[in-house]
Amino acid sequence: MDYSLVVAIELLREVAGLILIATGLAVIFGMMRVINIAHGEFMMLGGYTVVLTTKWGVNIWVAILILAPLVVGVFGILVERLIIRHLYGRIIDSLLATWGLSLFLIGFVTVAFGNTVEGVSTPFSSFSVGRYSIAIYTLFLIFAAIAFITSVYLTLRYTKSGLIARATMQNPDMVESLGINSKLVYMATFGIGAAFAGLAGGLLAPISGVVPGMGALLIGKAFITVVTGGAAVVAGTLSASAILGSVSQAVTFATGPVFGDATLLFVALILLRLLPQGITGRIFTRSV
Amino acid sequence: MLRAISKDWLGAGFVTVIGLAILFFVPVLFDLFEVLQMTKYVVLALFVLSLAYIWGFGGILSFGQAGFFGLGGYAFAVSSINMGQTTVPFLIAIAVAALFAAALGYFMFYGRLSDVYLGVVTLVVTLILWKLINHTAGPEYVIGTARLGGFNGIPSIPIMTLPWQPDQEMEPSHMFQYFMAILIGVYVLLHILIKSKFGRIAISIRENEVRTGLLGYDVRLYKLAIFTIGGAIGGAAGAMWATYQTFVDPNIFSLEWSALCLIWVMAGGVGTLFGPMVGVLALEYLSFQLGQTDFINNLIIMGVILIFLVLLLPKGLFPTFRDFVTKHWNRRHE
Repeated sequence: MDYSLVVAIELLREVAGLILIATGLAVIFGMMRVINIAHGEFMMLGGYTVVLTTKWGVNIWVAILILAPLVVGVFGILVERLIIRHLYGRIIDSLLATWGLSLFLIGFVTVAFGNTVEGVSTPFSSFSVGRYSIAIYTLFLIFAAIAFITSVYLTLRYTKSGLIARATMQNPDMVESLGINSKLVYMATFGIGAAFAGLAGGLLAPISGVVPGMGALLIGKAFITVVTGGAAVVAGTLSASAILGSVSQAVTFATGPVFGDATLLFVALILLRLLPQGITGRIFTRSV
Repeated sequence: MLRAISKDWLGAGFVTVIGLAILFFVPVLFDLFEVLQMTKYVVLALFVLSLAYIWGFGGILSFGQAGFFGLGGYAFAVSSINMGQTTVPFLIAIAVAALFAAALGYFMFYGRLSDVYLGVVTLVVTLILWKLINHTAGPEYVIGTARLGGFNGIPSIPIMTLPWQPDQEMEPSHMFQYFMAILIGVYVLLHILIKSKFGRIAISIRENEVRTGLLGYDVRLYKLAIFTIGGAIGGAAGAMWATYQTFVDPNIFSLEWSALCLIWVMAGGVGTLFGPMVGVLALEYLSFQLGQTDFINNLIIMGVILIFLVLLLPKGLFPTFRDFVTKHWNRRHE
């Protein structure tokens, strides 16, 4: 009984983690069909923001929930203005440019802060379930992911800006002719996607610590979740995270962490073989 | 028409002659250290040919070419340590990389994944390989007598021998010549392949996939074949890299290697075979020189170069230069 509860919480944690790291990427991909390869490094910047600002005495919740998304979001807008803006309609080129950005950021942070793991202390303690102990922060992560994806859904579904965003995803020319500057929408979307990455990095920093190369460990999962999910931001991310997260975590429990990731990829490959446009390309096609 | 074809062969012949000149004269003219350094460029030039071919002449942009490079390296390391010779392991390395490319290609091309998805899947597959190999540090991960060693890598990989002299380890200058001969051979074969019917269909797929399919060619099969050839070349380069270093570690699978390969191709120019090889030489020499001053991080340089190339020189250095020259040439002769 205790053990199954622990397994359930771990499954949820994995799913929650995938939702957090993939949503920012999904927003940018759904809007512009661009996969931002520097997404992992955006998360790394979010993590470093939390580590540095808490060192300077900022409250950790302010650092995670406000500063990390803010800093990375502003950085994202800067990147959009300097690089991405010139490459709309050239999808492959924008992938390559964001890859260049990713290399640059890893190099830059390595030079600035050194190639060592920096940590922040985890807020909250842990509680015990029978013989097992579970960090309260894990539960917080799960609730944060639920609250996060719910608010993204509500924003896209029920607000004016959400409506504009969805319309631009479907038909940018039509939106232009109705008097909305789609370039501005793209800029805002890229900024928001980056801010989501910053938030994810901030939330994960207390668990895993931060290191310049941490992006590479996260992006693989994020990418595969987004392409498996397909174009719809919320439904795609949710369904893909749920399937991939629970399968990989179940395998991890059975055989150890090495094959968990490999299974995640293998399931994703099979899903893509069956549904080349991702899950939401065939099922839930009318969802957000 | 006839003139255009002969002009094309002239270029390839010229490159081959340069290659043969390098093969014969470099070991005579340069000292040991420089020959070793240039052996590295030769191996990397073969590696870059794998991507230059599939991207430039098949329109397949693989973000995970390092995966085949690494698989080739590891397959060579494991099998040569087990077998105590190097000729069969070299072939095994090529076969392993080619088979892996074929299996992966089946999922991607028969799933009709688009460009973006293709890039992401190849990239993630390489990441997973990197992670898997990193986790094999324990003593239980043994293939025959070779321990995989996880993040410590596999040390003391045998030095390659010539197929007809299996008892004699190659000297550095002979290794340089052997590798250079392989590079020239692959270059010529690829050139013949590109000019053949197969190659022309591959180019038409790159230009317009739907139309080629409607003309009755099985696009998926052609792409699978191109990708597999690219994987095999990448695997060969990986095996050569392993024997050159006498060591492989999991970082051979890292994103940096895949990115470097892309940068070399982009710098040299997509759609040529010669340009990317020059790209390797120029950029590796540059980073070798910059590596001597250690306050500049190599990744920063590579990142900036990649962004710069995408934004300002999307065609690459060599084609830009070639177009510039032919434009002026034509103007003068009008």
